[in-house]
This record gives sequence, C-alpha cells and structure tokens, in this order.
Amino acid sequence: MDIVYTIWLRNVKRYLRSRSRIIGSLGMPLFFLLILGFGLNSVVRGPHMGHGYVSFIVPGIVSMSVLFTSMFSGIQIIWDKQFGFLKETLVAPVSRLEIMLGQTLGGATTALIQGLIILALSLFVGLEVTGLPGFVLAIGFMILIGVAFTALGIAIASRMEDMHGFQLIMNFVIFPIFGLSGALFPIDSLPVWLHSLTLLDPLTYGVEGIRYGLAGTAQVGPLVSLSALGAFTVVMVGIGAWLFRGIQI
Amino acid sequence: MLAVRVEELTKDFDGLRAVDHVSFSIAGGRIFGLLGPNGAGKSTTLAMLSTVLRPTSGAAWINGFDIRSDPSSVRKSIGIVFQDQSLDEELTCYENMDFHGRLYRVPRRIRQPKIGELLTLVGLAERQGDLVKTFSGGMRRRLEIARGLLHEPRVLFLDEPTLGLDPQTRNHLWAYIERLNREREITIILTTHYMDEADKLCDEVAIIDHGRIIASDTPAALKRQIGGDVVILESSNNDRILPHLQALPAVKQVELRDGAISIKLDQAERHIAELVTRASQDGVSINSISVHKPTLEDVFLHFTGRTIREEDASGKDRMRMARRLWRR
Repeated sequence: MDIVYTIWLRNVKRYLRSRSRIIGSLGMPLFFLLILGFGLNSVVRGPHMGHGYVSFIVPGIVSMSVLFTSMFSGIQIIWDKQFGFLKETLVAPVSRLEIMLGQTLGGATTALIQGLIILALSLFVGLEVTGLPGFVLAIGFMILIGVAFTALGIAIASRMEDMHGFQLIMNFVIFPIFGLSGALFPIDSLPVWLHSLTLLDPLTYGVEGIRYGLAGTAQVGPLVSLSALGAFTVVMVGIGAWLFRGIQI
Repeated sequence: MLAVRVEELTKDFDGLRAVDHVSFSIAGGRIFGLLGPNGAGKSTTLAMLSTVLRPTSGAAWINGFDIRSDPSSVRKSIGIVFQDQSLDEELTCYENMDFHGRLYRVPRRIRQPKIGELLTLVGLAERQGDLVKTFSGGMRRRLEIARGLLHEPRVLFLDEPTLGLDPQTRNHLWAYIERLNREREITIILTTHYMDEADKLCDEVAIIDHGRIIASDTPAALKRQIGGDVVILESSNNDRILPHLQALPAVKQVELRDGAISIKLDQAERHIAELVTRASQDGVSINSISVHKPTLEDVFLHFTGRTIREEDASGKDRMRMARRLWRR
C-alpha cells in the first residue's frame, strides 16, 4: 500500500505543480460549457431538460473533463518511458501491480480534481445541486470514470512505442467515447441504432450517473449506471494491469 | 565472498546474439569494468544482472541471490545508474531521492538523514530543493549515483557513468566513485567504452566484443600480456648505435622506423639509462627519447585487430538496433 501511495503522491505532486496544464485543460470544457450551453440554451428544448440546456450538459462536460484528464494521465507513462523515469520504478523491488495501481489512482485523482473545478465553475452558470447525497453520488461516478479511463490509458500506453500514435488515440478512442455518450444530447431522442450504440459506450453510464446525482433524473437508472460503469472499471483495471505487466523498457 | 558470479550468460534478440556465454566473477569491494565498443553487449549484460532482462541461458548470482529465481532480493541488494537519465525532472532533487527511498521501503527515520548525507557526499546538498530540470548533466549523474546508494546496496551498477560529460566533470565523478568504493566498500561494476576510464578506475577489466569476453585481468596484467614498453629514440647516427642497442640484455627488439629507433623492452623506465649510456659510449648524441607504455587501447587492438574508435560509427547503429529490440 505504501508503494501505491508513493506512486500516487508523485503523480499528484507533478499535477499540482503544473499550473499551466491545469488551466490549459480547463479550456476546452469551459468552451463547450459556455458556448454550447448558452448558444443552444434558447434553441434546444427537450425532455429531461428541466432547467434548460446549460444544466443538462453540465454532467456531460464534467464527464468529458474527467475522461480527457484521466486518459492523458494514463497515456503519460509513455513520457516516463521516453524520459527514462519508468526504468527507475520498474527496477525497484516492487510489483508491477503496485506501480500500475499507484498510477491509476494518481491519474484518477487528478481527473477528479479537474472535474470538481468544472463542477464548481458550473455553479456560476446556473447549476443547482439537489442535495448532498446526490452530490456525493456524482463524485462517486466521477471517481469511477477516472479510474476506468486512466487504466485504459495505461493499457494503451503499455502497447505504444512513443507519442506518435497519440493523434490516433485522440481521434478514434477519446472523441468517439465522448461523442457517443449522452454528454451533449438526450439519448432517448436518438434513432434506435444510434441509441443502442450509445448504450455500448461506458461513458454514457458515467454521464447518466452524474446527471442523476446532480439533477435527480436520468434516462438510465442509477443502479444500472453504477453496475455497468463499475463492471467496466474492474475490467479496465484488470486489462491495464495485465498489459502493464508485460511492458518493456 | 564473491559479490557477483556470472556463468555462461547468454541473450538472444530475434536471432541476434547480444551476449554470448559470458562468465566472470567479482570479489567483494572491487571495481570491475566491462570494456568494449558500443553495441558489444555491455548494457545487455548489465540489464540481465539487474534482472531487467531475462537471460536466454546461463546463470548469475549477485550477493549470493540467483537473478532468475530470486530477482526481488537481487534488486534490493543492488543500486543502478542507467546509461540514459532516469530522473523525474519535474520533481526536486530531494523528492527524487525521497521517491526512491520510499520505493525501496527505507524507513522515514533512516531515509531523511541518509538523503542529506548522500547529497552532501555528491555535493548537491545546497541544491536539494531545486527542480531537476534546472540541473546540468554532471549534477544529474551525481544525483543518480547518490540515489542508487540510498538503499545501501552492496553492489553498484554504473552503465557508462561519464558518457557525454565534460573532462572536468568526468574527473570529479571518478574521484567520487573511487571514494565510494574505498570508504563504503561497495563493489562496483561499470561499463565503459573509454579506455582511460577503465584504466584509471578498475581493479579488474573484462574486454567484451561482439557479446564475448575476449580478455579479463587487471589493467596492468592485460597490458603486460601484449608485450612490453616501447622506447622511441632519435639520434645523430641511428645506424651506428642500432646494433649495439640490439645487443643489450634488456632489449627485446629494435627496428628503424621513420628515422627513429623503436626499441621494445620490459620496464622501460629502469633501462632507459643503459640506452643513453650506450649511445654516449659510441659518441652519438641523442636528439630525443620517449617512453611509450601500452594502453588498454593497445590491448583491445591486440585482441580484436581494431581500435575501439573505428567501431564507434557502426557500433552506434548496432546499439540503436539493440535498443529497439530491447524496448519491444
């Protein structure tokens, strides 16, 4: 456990130290929140949008922020590989599982902080929190998203040589996961084929879970969301740990 | 007790044999050098000994622990400084040390004073709060050596410790390494392709080429092995004194080369007076006289027919190839 903590601590320290990264990665979610939120607020009306489009997309933007940060954190072990630091960790008398868990929890923590900042900023654009239990539930879902996608990032990074493939990951993994989730639109109003596609996207359950926590209503039941996302998280941590075990330096 | 014992260690990468039945042993407290051109298999050998790579065949024991069956005990008892930097540049000097100490489970009450002590040893105590990205190459190397010592290893691996450092920093680093070995009785195994480094630092040297050890002994013995010293003598009348010099008992061989006499003999400094006396007896005045001691470079040339420098260009390509294989 102390090893997991050590790796976690390093990740969090690095994150807190890089102010420009924190602010930089707030840019896109804020852009989505403000431009899309206010831009479409008056045009878009639909079911499940009790408080308008802005409050509807807040859970989506929070999820997006957590998704992006956690994937980046996971993939960042490629930098450690290239700058040589990974060697230092891998030759220490510790198990790869401990290292991987430390990285995962570290990435998830930074992702959670990032998500909480967006959530806090959302309060200024009209987000109304229904109550403390809902808020805690939303945080729980953010943690699950963070853990699952950091683990996915680690799994991908374990198989990547360098950062050249990053654009590919960005376009064919991260954006589809974000786009297909119900982050920006209610999934009930989609055509059937697209609707079933969104249900295959693990992030959908994260978005719906957070939405339930913050607004009290969602198109997917909270228990379904919790079990789907929870199962996905367990599988991702398993795959990530397995692939990380085979990493070569 | 033997600190390191290596028997028939072999590593293949996709049909390319990087290390070929290498055997050697190192007594505790010695400095042992693996000397060879780039791509000779030095780093691969080190990677196997530090349990980063699994050998294809063969066996090795570090501090009595088997690298194949007990890698965890091996890792606990060794310190490693890699050829490429392995510091976290976004962390401070102290934090890099602290991270290492925690990874090796050095208890806090030992860790904190020990970090201070080691940073003082390598002259970085005043910079401990600075981010590593502000450090020069030599400072980084020193920090890595201090870090490698934090968990009190009995064997320290140094992979090309002075690669890419300026001469002054190299000299400083050599002094640190010698002091470490002397004061803490740490066994040091280092790889290098610098002949002077091996000569200066190592109690024992194994010359490795194309994955094989081709000679192994103390630097002095290796140099003796390839024949004695050479005295180059220029005089006013080379032809006249040449046969007389040839007749001296200490002289092994004499030849005329580029207008100077080249004399092969053992322990040249003891016999140089005889040569001079002989020449003055003949009434020949000496214009210049110089003694050439064989270097490890000559030893390498003797065993491989090449100089290490000739190898560098092609060696680098091989190294890159091996690295790529290693990374997969």
